[in-house]
Amino acid sequence: MHTYPAWRLWLVAVVMALALVLALPNVFGEAPALHLSRDDRAAFTEQTQATVASILAAKDIAADSAWIEGDRLVLRFDDVVQQLGARDAILEAAPREYLVALSQAPRMPGWMRAVGLRPMSLGLDLRGGVYFLYEVDVAGAVKQLLASMERDYRTLLRNERIPFTGIQADGSDGVRIDVRSGADVERVTATLRKQDPLITLEPDQLGEGGSVTVRLTPEQIKQRQDFAIQQNITTLRNRVDELGVTEPIVARQGVDRITVQLPGVQDPNEALRVLGATATLEFRLVDDQNDALEAERIGRAPLGSKLYQRREGGPVLLKRDVIVSGEQLVDASSGFSEGQPAVYVKLDARGAAEMLATTREHLGRPMAVVFIEKKRVAEAAPCNGVRSGTECTEEEVISVATIRGVFSSNFQITGLLAGEARELALLLRAGSLAAPLYIVEQRTVGPSLGQDNVDRGFRALVIGLVGMFIFLALYYRLFGVAASVVLFMNMVLLTAVMSLLQATLSLPGIAGIVLTVGMAADANVLIYERIREELRNGMSPHAAISAGFDKAFSAIADSNITTLIAGIVLFTFGTGPVRGFAVTLCLGILTSLFTAILGSRAIIHLVWGRQRKLEALPI
Amino acid sequence: MEFFKKRTSYRFMPLRNRWYAISGVLIVASLLLIGIRGLNFGIDFTGGVVLELAFPQAADLDKVRGELADAGHADATVQSFGTTRDVLVRLLPKEGEDVSAVGQDVLAALKTYEPAVQLRRTEVVGAQIGQELAEQGALAALFAFLMIMAYVAVRFQWKLGVGSIVAALHDPILVLGFFAATQLTFDLPALAAILAVVGYSLNDTVVVFDRIRERFLMMRKGTSSEIIDLAINDTLSRTLMTSVTTLIAVFSLLVFAGDVLQGFSVALAIGVFVGTYSSIFVASSIALDLKLTARDLMPVQREKDAVDDMP
Repeated sequence: MHTYPAWRLWLVAVVMALALVLALPNVFGEAPALHLSRDDRAAFTEQTQATVASILAAKDIAADSAWIEGDRLVLRFDDVVQQLGARDAILEAAPREYLVALSQAPRMPGWMRAVGLRPMSLGLDLRGGVYFLYEVDVAGAVKQLLASMERDYRTLLRNERIPFTGIQADGSDGVRIDVRSGADVERVTATLRKQDPLITLEPDQLGEGGSVTVRLTPEQIKQRQDFAIQQNITTLRNRVDELGVTEPIVARQGVDRITVQLPGVQDPNEALRVLGATATLEFRLVDDQNDALEAERIGRAPLGSKLYQRREGGPVLLKRDVIVSGEQLVDASSGFSEGQPAVYVKLDARGAAEMLATTREHLGRPMAVVFIEKKRVAEAAPCNGVRSGTECTEEEVISVATIRGVFSSNFQITGLLAGEARELALLLRAGSLAAPLYIVEQRTVGPSLGQDNVDRGFRALVIGLVGMFIFLALYYRLFGVAASVVLFMNMVLLTAVMSLLQATLSLPGIAGIVLTVGMAADANVLIYERIREELRNGMSPHAAISAGFDKAFSAIADSNITTLIAGIVLFTFGTGPVRGFAVTLCLGILTSLFTAILGSRAIIHLVWGRQRKLEALPI
Repeated sequence: MEFFKKRTSYRFMPLRNRWYAISGVLIVASLLLIGIRGLNFGIDFTGGVVLELAFPQAADLDKVRGELADAGHADATVQSFGTTRDVLVRLLPKEGEDVSAVGQDVLAALKTYEPAVQLRRTEVVGAQIGQELAEQGALAALFAFLMIMAYVAVRFQWKLGVGSIVAALHDPILVLGFFAATQLTFDLPALAAILAVVGYSLNDTVVVFDRIRERFLMMRKGTSSEIIDLAINDTLSRTLMTSVTTLIAVFSLLVFAGDVLQGFSVALAIGVFVGTYSSIFVASSIALDLKLTARDLMPVQREKDAVDDMP
């Protein structure tokens, strides 16, 4: 008699039962859905859910299923027509209340969701979507820090009434303040020291005049760079939220890179524009004492002023001092004011105080809104503004208006086209980037290709499996059928583990599954060949089964470990497609060890091992 | 069904100079091909732009090339991809062009030829990233070799270790040689496949070695050459059987999984062939030429006992 401990049979039974349950959600596939989040980022409640339901009911659209997931409401529909209809209905009935994203939701029954079961998540190549790898210009972040120091020192010295002839960046890590006399060097040094005792200063006397240079320490630079990357990640996350993408990934990669993955985005260009652009506003007083045309003719602006171009054409002189800049914006939204597209702006307390003081003091005088757009351009590309390296900064005055009343935190800006107003509001709301970004890698997969990839991958998997089943049955007869059952168990177990770990399935991942199935057959082959050999050597069938399993074990373990090592290395070093392949390869090897050693023996024991009179094995 | 009705008793080892010659010629040819023709690296490694376009009917590739040349992309390679309606365009961004906009530029240019053309897939890889991916890939391959070598060294006697490493180096060189000869695009998935091939080939070799060790410890008679042949014959039907099941899976991928995985599937298919060959013919031959004997495979424990028995 072939003996096999009962606890192992139970172990296999329990694991496989669990695996079946965990793998089940994948059977149902996905359906079109809407993900709604509230514009004010508050969580969805039963009540808001009922509101949305009544909006849909009014349009005679019935969601197939609706549930709250995190702080979002998910509505699942039977088809795309209903999905799009529902989106339009919600946007029409409650504009600016919800962010609505088109997406896919699992079609599994509600009770599965209730007990926390989830299907595998599909990668970008299977679902369609956009992948960006950004590189953060950390040098640019330091440059921005220097610029803000420049501004601060200007204000500080003016408040302390210390005269200076110029303040500008010195090299890539310092700001130089030029003064007229040696005494002023002392005063500047003392003032800066008083403000920050640890500051690194390089005073320098030069004949009549002199200068003080503030140097950044390497730690300060590193800190600034880390901050810039973190800040950029936060900003990108906010912008991704504005795009309304479900399950986006925004993460730091390596020292100075950020990866962004947006599954299901249909239009990569919209995503690119919103993610990559940096737009900000500045409010400045108009210098109406001097003639802008004259300044343009001589090519030099009077002291304290700067020459700008108006959007509709023509020069304008603005005061150098900025009243309020983009960082002080708290919120922005677009709308219409007296029939014109407008951006409604809300300032923080400091900005509001500045604005209040300025408007009170300069009532009746003109104020300008400067629109600043920074973008990355290639070396040879044209730039209609100031370029520094590959960064192009375009500034233009979008509106000049007389201050008609005193205002502080809330006001509106006009002078934009409707589309621009909407995009500007979006960009302003999502925050500005702390350092310039540029794309070093981009991969886009259209939704139709994603579906094609799913179909192809699945077809390759099914045909490969069926081919193998047929071959195994031909070669090993009934034992081959048993091996096929074991391979199928392996597929179920692998699907269950992938779903449990929420590992992402990609097309190379499917290839990994197909390959592991091929290699999982190997363990059965090793065992069966050993059984045949022992039978040939004249062993009884029961003894041959035991000997086959026992003797094949070391070869099975050795051979799987070498492949597992290759898989782990691929996982560690690989990115993107390689990693997707490595994940399924490694998990597949582990599950196949379980099914081939324990599962296979359990089946063979149950079918043949308990037969008292076993003359021959169907192998 | 069985590959071999009876026990086989092929003699492999006496002919090993022939196997060395075959492998030697193939390796030299592969290295020459890799050196002279070079590999046709995909944009994963070189940087650049790949666009997959879908036309409503069969696309005229010359017209597509013409439109692209008019748009300033005269150096673009245009080929059909899978079907005649799907077109794959590979190009380097123009000087000063915003890489992320290339896809739309090309699409706009092709709309004049076929307004219903669709952009199915865009891949833009910066030159710097390409170089990094190449370095990372080389590092991964090196690291995988070191790890596997360490494993084999611990698990087996060093003579067998050398045999398996030579076999494991042998296979990727031949696969790369095949890529150089056919100029198939060598991309990241293909590199992953090559590392999987290394794992697969070792898997085969290790099973044979496992049996060699067993046979050496079991048999008191026979030369090393005979014993090794016996072990190879023992495992022969298993080696072939596993290659067949794996090839069924790989061919299914090659035929049905689409052209995105072409490099991957081809590398695997070739790799399974040469991996099977090297584990039967090459790995054991080397161990034999390093004078592998039963004494090398004795468990350490027994040697200690022998020392204790000495007066």
